[in-house]
Amino acid sequence: MNKSELIEALAQDIAVPHREAAAITNTVIDTMTEALARGESIEIRGFGSFVIKNYGSYEGRNPKTGKKIKVSPKKLPFFKVGKDLREQVNKNR
Amino acid sequence: MTLTKADLVQQVYKNHEGLTKAQATASVEAFLRLSKDSLIDGSDLLLSGFGKFNVKDKNSRRGRNPQTGQELTLDARRVVTFKPSGILREKINK
Repeated sequence: MNKSELIEALAQDIAVPHREAAAITNTVIDTMTEALARGESIEIRGFGSFVIKNYGSYEGRNPKTGKKIKVSPKKLPFFKVGKDLREQVNKNR
Repeated sequence: MTLTKADLVQQVYKNHEGLTKAQATASVEAFLRLSKDSLIDGSDLLLSGFGKFNVKDKNSRRGRNPQTGQELTLDARRVVTFKPSGILREKINK
């Protein structure tokens, strides 16, 4: 499912115009993005949590050429699936 | 600080003047439920600009209890993974 399909499903589910569902979806996604950009974590019961992990700089290699390169410090978001979602996804296997 | 569902509801309520608090709550709940249902159905969820949630099937494999060192078989299972979009990665590192 992509974002526009989610918006369509949301519009039907809560009976609001498509435009309103799109705006709500953007608010939710933007709010989560901004929290992560501030370095905060997100915790949504039953769905999952996001935390930002910090990586220092390290020396890596270009896997194609084998050449050594310096990798600058970076932050990456990590997602940990919540218990309820994890169990339900696995049950439907 | 940790962002929770209550914060999402609060933000939706603030940004959308036509919604009551109850409607804002219902819309966030529906957003999360529909997202979950997609993954539970086994289909990936792609939120452009944020990232992609994938459903992956893992084969059973032999593992070890790291505490006791005892060998055990880990059953085949289905898991959810997340890959952040380039846009999200950029915003986080700005």
